[in-house]
Amino acid sequence: MIGYILKRLGLAVLVALAVSAIAFFLLRMSGDIAIAIAGEGARQEDIELVRRTYGLDRPLLVQYAEWLWNTLRGDFGTSIYFKTAVAPLVFAKLPTTLLLGVLSLGFALLVSIPLGVLAAVYANSWIDRLALAIAVVGQALPNFFFALLLVMLFSITLRWLPVSGSKTWAHFIMPTIALGYYVAPAFMRLIRAGMIEVLSADYIRTARAKGLPTRTVIFKHALRNAVVPVVALTAVQLGFLLGGSVVIETIFALDGLGYLAYQSITYKDFPVMQVIVLLLSVLYVLLTLAADIANAWLDPRIRVA
Amino acid sequence: MAHSSDIVLEVDGLSVDIATPGGTLHAVRDISFSVKRGETLCLVGESGCGKSMTSLAIMDLLPKAAKKTARRLAFAGEDLSRAGRSRINALRGNRMSMIFQEPMTALNPAYTIGNQLVEAYRLHKRASEAEARERAVFLLGKVGIANAAERLGQYPHQLSGGLRQRVMIAMALMCGPELLIADEPTTALDVTIQAQILRLLVDLQNELGIAMVLITHDLGIVARIADRVAVMYAGQIVEEGPTASLFNAPRHPYTQGLIACIPVPGRTEPGGRLGVIPGVVPSLVGEVRGCSFRDRCGKATPACLDAPPVRETADGHRWRCILENAA
Repeated sequence: MIGYILKRLGLAVLVALAVSAIAFFLLRMSGDIAIAIAGEGARQEDIELVRRTYGLDRPLLVQYAEWLWNTLRGDFGTSIYFKTAVAPLVFAKLPTTLLLGVLSLGFALLVSIPLGVLAAVYANSWIDRLALAIAVVGQALPNFFFALLLVMLFSITLRWLPVSGSKTWAHFIMPTIALGYYVAPAFMRLIRAGMIEVLSADYIRTARAKGLPTRTVIFKHALRNAVVPVVALTAVQLGFLLGGSVVIETIFALDGLGYLAYQSITYKDFPVMQVIVLLLSVLYVLLTLAADIANAWLDPRIRVA
Repeated sequence: MAHSSDIVLEVDGLSVDIATPGGTLHAVRDISFSVKRGETLCLVGESGCGKSMTSLAIMDLLPKAAKKTARRLAFAGEDLSRAGRSRINALRGNRMSMIFQEPMTALNPAYTIGNQLVEAYRLHKRASEAEARERAVFLLGKVGIANAAERLGQYPHQLSGGLRQRVMIAMALMCGPELLIADEPTTALDVTIQAQILRLLVDLQNELGIAMVLITHDLGIVARIADRVAVMYAGQIVEEGPTASLFNAPRHPYTQGLIACIPVPGRTEPGGRLGVIPGVVPSLVGEVRGCSFRDRCGKATPACLDAPPVRETADGHRWRCILENAA
């Protein structure tokens, strides 16, 4: 098991390295960093001066190697727009985004697991159809639109919740629901499908033949087997959550990494973008690894492989 | 009635209907039998004759689409058709248990053998984890599993098919049941393992005085271990009687056909053709009238279009045929 984790960690490092390289080259191809630093309407000589001063006239590969070397030493560079070091800027925003991610994932699971189980146990009944309707709406409704509907209802009409900001816990309620509802349908459909398959398995009949109460049969014997694919999906959905948080944080002016990413793209703040991309990719790889470890714990047959 | 206290399972007029897109499938049609303490009743017949549906109906494990009706379905004198869900749950896995035919899939892959062995015992006997594990180790030893204590921590995928079936048997015996229903417990296993498992079942049954319903299509097994045999065809019991009487003097043409199909060393020519019953089992969808075997029966007459009478001899040998003796 430890060997397996170490192997996966090694792989994670390689993935992060590849992502950082791709991001670096893509960002450099998307615009001239020298123009961004020199500012709008700068003279050609100034731009050339900036290019030479920052070493931007060297080959991209050399620049990437320099960036990588600096990053590995813990020097993440300086923001072009904020004029401060990137590291404190990014890390100050990270907790908000992580909190939003965890809250929305928790919300999504809290909604989708009971709904998925109910839909499977009462398959083809009105409960199942209602769950399907909730899922379809969640999948079809763009999350920014759903977020605006929430704002209209809870902030403007009912005046229950603040429109934007990230000062109190109340500021997190609507972003959590908007982002969680965005990923919940996939979980729900997967749990429903998994539960329906598992409930017809021979070992469920064995469990019933033992005289176990229905809740033990469903929650101990069936759900444990049905959630295995859900854990794998969780990692993928977290990727969606991180992507989705750019939109949601911008709508609710939630002071997180997503909002910072939006700002740095707007201001062509390459060093910040580069670090955000790297950070998110590392997070994503680590989450995938955590999902794999959780799966190995849930399904003993995977542990051997 | 002193003798009735010995009757562990009483099935009277049991029918199972399954709703299918093509109409109602009459999987089990008005069957009756009973099993006494320490007795082995073998239910034989070909695939789809209703053997498994009968056992699932007794255990209240029928699929949702299947509906059962019975004049009386009683366990140890208690009418199961009137028992509620919680009463059924209190009985099954406890005083009546079942061994399934799929050792590879009948155990939950996510839990250890030990976990799955102890849960029914802890639930029904309100025993502690330690007591239940001790019982599990004892029974695993009894079904011939070495290093039983270490096996408790293993998962089903780490065991062979033969071992899993032994675990299933031990699991069914955990609470010391009065009734054991074994649905083709050896079908999925190698022939050598089959013999071991059967011997084991018979030994345990004799030792513990369990009433056993063994479902099989293997007449060789039946001849060796059954006290009484019920032959099922197209959802009905067409013949039932003491094992010796049924094998020596089968009365129903279907039973005669089945017995004729058994290859006998010395009598069946090597390389020669084995016996076959011509034709196929009739569809059980919709109304089934008259004798269901008539289309395959060499002795059928127009009278077979009506429901055949049930005939009975003094030793409790019963069969459903217009003929007194088809031989």
